[in-house]
Amino acid sequence: MPAVRGDGMRGLAVFISDIRNCKSKEAEIKRINKELANIRSKFKGDKTLDGYQKKKYVCKLLFIFLLGHDIDFGHMEAVNLLSSNKYSEKQIGYLFISVLVNTNSDLIKLIIQSIKNDLQSRNPIHVNLALQCIANIGSKDMAEAFGTEIPKLLVSGDTMDVVKQSAALCLLRLFRKSPEIIPGGEWTSRIIHLLNDPHMGVVTAATSLIDALVKKNPDEYKGCVTLAVARLSRIVTASYTDLQDYTYYFVPAPWLSVKLLRLLQNYNPPSEEPGVKGRLTECLETIFNKAQEPPKSKKVQHSNAKNAVLFEAISLIIHNDSEANLLVRACNQLGQFLSNRETNLRYLALESMCHLATSEFSHEAVKKHQEVVILSMKMEKDVSVRQQAVDLLYAMCDKTNAEEIVQEMLAYLETADYSIREEMVLKVAILAEKYATDFTWYVDVILNLIRIAGDYVSEEVWYRVIQIVINREEVQAYAAKTVFEALQAPTCHENMVKVGGYILGEFGNLIAGDTKSSPQVQFELLHSKYHLCSAATRALLLSTYIKLVNLFPEIKNRVQEVFRADSNLRSADVELQQRASEYLQLSIVASSDVLATVLEEMPAFPERESSILAVLKKKKPGRIPDDVRESKSPQPSIIPAPTMNSTNNTNNSSADLLGLSTPPGSNSTTGNGLLDVLGDLYTTPKISPTTVQQNNIKKFLFKNNGVLFENDLIQIGVKSEFRQNLGRIGLFYGNKTQFPIQNVHPELHWTDLHKLNVQMKPMEPVLEAGAQIQQMLTAECIEDFTDAPTMSVSFIYNNVPQKITMKLPLTLNKFFEPTEMNGESFFARWKNLGGEQQRAQKIFKAQGAIDLAATRTKLAGFGMQLLDGIDPNPDNFVCAGIVHTRMQQVGCLMRLEPNKQAQMFRLTVRSSKESASQEICNLLADQF
Amino acid sequence: MTTKAWKTEGSPMPDIVIIPSFITIRFILIQNRAGKTRLAKWYMNFDDDEKQKLIEEVHAVVTVRDAKHTNFVEFRNFKIVYRRYAGLYFCICVDVNDNNLCYLEAIHNFVEVLNEYFHNVCELDLVFNFFKVYTVVDEMFLAGEIRETSQTKVLKQLLMLNSLE
Repeated sequence: MPAVRGDGMRGLAVFISDIRNCKSKEAEIKRINKELANIRSKFKGDKTLDGYQKKKYVCKLLFIFLLGHDIDFGHMEAVNLLSSNKYSEKQIGYLFISVLVNTNSDLIKLIIQSIKNDLQSRNPIHVNLALQCIANIGSKDMAEAFGTEIPKLLVSGDTMDVVKQSAALCLLRLFRKSPEIIPGGEWTSRIIHLLNDPHMGVVTAATSLIDALVKKNPDEYKGCVTLAVARLSRIVTASYTDLQDYTYYFVPAPWLSVKLLRLLQNYNPPSEEPGVKGRLTECLETIFNKAQEPPKSKKVQHSNAKNAVLFEAISLIIHNDSEANLLVRACNQLGQFLSNRETNLRYLALESMCHLATSEFSHEAVKKHQEVVILSMKMEKDVSVRQQAVDLLYAMCDKTNAEEIVQEMLAYLETADYSIREEMVLKVAILAEKYATDFTWYVDVILNLIRIAGDYVSEEVWYRVIQIVINREEVQAYAAKTVFEALQAPTCHENMVKVGGYILGEFGNLIAGDTKSSPQVQFELLHSKYHLCSAATRALLLSTYIKLVNLFPEIKNRVQEVFRADSNLRSADVELQQRASEYLQLSIVASSDVLATVLEEMPAFPERESSILAVLKKKKPGRIPDDVRESKSPQPSIIPAPTMNSTNNTNNSSADLLGLSTPPGSNSTTGNGLLDVLGDLYTTPKISPTTVQQNNIKKFLFKNNGVLFENDLIQIGVKSEFRQNLGRIGLFYGNKTQFPIQNVHPELHWTDLHKLNVQMKPMEPVLEAGAQIQQMLTAECIEDFTDAPTMSVSFIYNNVPQKITMKLPLTLNKFFEPTEMNGESFFARWKNLGGEQQRAQKIFKAQGAIDLAATRTKLAGFGMQLLDGIDPNPDNFVCAGIVHTRMQQVGCLMRLEPNKQAQMFRLTVRSSKESASQEICNLLADQF
Repeated sequence: MTTKAWKTEGSPMPDIVIIPSFITIRFILIQNRAGKTRLAKWYMNFDDDEKQKLIEEVHAVVTVRDAKHTNFVEFRNFKIVYRRYAGLYFCICVDVNDNNLCYLEAIHNFVEVLNEYFHNVCELDLVFNFFKVYTVVDEMFLAGEIRETSQTKVLKQLLMLNSLE
């Protein structure tokens, strides 16, 4: 072994030493500037530098760059090095370029020719360097330039193994950039057959390539399955001496085995052929058998390599989810790992078991390990392991063990890490709801949650308990009694006050018979908490008080006294002030009948998916096993409905006290009036991550500016202008929060690619707190189109990825030019356009009472010219305009006839192009 | 920043950093305890600021961990598989559902090659021969994938290259 250190470039070593000896940042910068000046003068000087010198200086520049300084010269010298015949010079040239070049650089164009030369070189070392460079940079230009060359290198019989390995991965890199570069046809089979290559390194590299190709086109590459199984079989049955170079700590080819097992997970089942299937099962069994053999080495590398393969095999088994034997065997194996002394293994076993718990074949087997898992949750030193244990308990929970698991999780919650509390609260709440057979138990669990971890109980959780209590008569009295008791604690969490307030306001009468909880006592108990609460809770309590007035007329005077108190009636908080004064007035003027109607018990909430579950799913996408067991275990029937729309609650006036849901609108009119009053300003809905929201695109039909989207985090405004067939659209992203929004990344999708062209200018990825940034889009209408582009904006807020999706206000009518014409020419054209192919008509119901003035205003914003005094019926509207597209101009006439008696409209559009008539008609229908 | 994405609808969660799909290794980092980077190899196109941020974040995440903890840590949407050798942290960033042990041993395999190649490797070797470390990496990992795992084969190739002018 030659001593590698210190050989080569002495000047470089001296420079690096100098830098290391610098005592301060300033000294370092000084030394670097001196060196930069020196190099610059050498490069500029008359004396031509030899290859060695060039290499040395380029290498110094690279070092300076890697220290974090900008380098603005030397690129040409690096490019020159590429044409050197000496390996060490070429290598430095390629390295400099790979590290410094980003994919857009013009430099790439300069080096394409050099790379091409090296690719065609007879020297495999040069070919290899070129391939590695392409694989490192992987630009579109390169995909175009070398797309045909590299596949040839990959399958040619003349290519050396080392080069083949690079070629395979180089092709993979280019394929990711430009999927079309992979030739089909006979190449498919040649690429697949690389799995048979005698050189294991080639197979290792090729497997990654094939894996990517399979993901893109599973059917075409289906043939790889048989070969992969055969290869895997040869490896797992080999003894460690068989595969000398590829045996790692007595484990034959662990990495290749893992890659092959992953490749097979692209298909389910991997193969229908009994032969292949059987062989694969044998492989998997062999892997299990080997796991049981005594270790051949005490080194952790040995067990890690062996287990890497084992875990991948288990992943495959879980993925296939069809062989009960193997699933149970996997579970037993993982069970052993749960008490292994290696933390890594315990962690991975918990993780893997989480998936097993969701399979019906192994769910029961996983449950056997409940005790150990509970211990892990309590005892593990690494929080991420404890977290895995919590996840697994959640996944293995069903009707039979729910009480115990929930109990244990509640107990652990008292000491749990802050970082996992919120999620645990959600999980406990979901399990309690899902597996409750007795809803008094459910109520107890949630109140315990609030007691133990009140700060981590989100709105969704306490809203949900109220929904359930309101919908289940049998639990109402119990709930009232329990919250009443809970409120007696000297200190209780504000969330408890909220739940208590709401429940007593609805069901306090059910416990009023007991003198210990008489109306007066209930009221005074609640009111004793009032002054310690936030305005939001106080507002809720005021509503409770007026409800109590209805339930218990005898405390009316006392309650009125509270409403009248300066701190309420004259509260600085406008919401409290309003509630106090309106409730006070209501209690004075309304008869007991009216009061009873207005303050009636809340109607049942519509049954729907637990909103908590939705929150949890969004918190941890991918980590929460889907509820596969839902089909098996009998459901406690409280969450049967499909997904709720928890989004879009910005403007629907939440009609009940808490905004818990939109109630059925069946209430009496007096009820509605009050419900509006009670509409709660305080219940700011929490933004659930990755919401997909639909904005109301329709309103932008008639205007070009406005707020396109808004939630608690972000506001997106739009301003656009159009001329002929072109448009400019400015989007304004505003950050409404106190923290930066990061990785803002908008994307556009639309289907009519050839009909509409939209370009988006790049924008800053970071939106500082409170800031607004602008992004410009340009649009060109090529032909009449129907599908407005969808924009999805992804970003990170507070480390949580978010994604919002909306339609861009880019509809065909934006490209209208209004056209003036008189009655005569209008009707002449109208007649000319009378053919079947040109007309579109719709009759639709008016949205409310027909308001001609409002209709007129809307039409004026639509883009066509409103023509007055043309139609014999003065109530009718006629309009004319030209749609500008790149292909043609489409003349367009429109007539809208209101029928006041029937509350209907008839809309007719005629134009020289059928599809345009249709689209204009569709856009306008139902808008008035 | 992409200007148009034609057909990504129905794709899963958005990646935090932008998206060539199916890539396995996102980056490899070698850092010392003080946070000095001894190698950074990127398999996705990050801009310079983003790279710097990732380097700092990885350092913050990894150095606080105890020896008794796992060698895996969730990081943004990804996962860092890391191992500490004396004062150096070797970190590989992969997808959350990638095979942890496989990359943990890939690190060790890499370290053993460095050790053999530099004859008892130490941090200074990586500093003074940074340009050779890249060669070692490219022999063992390419395009974000494991390229060659045989130490014998890698070393043979490296020594052959070393003997060239």
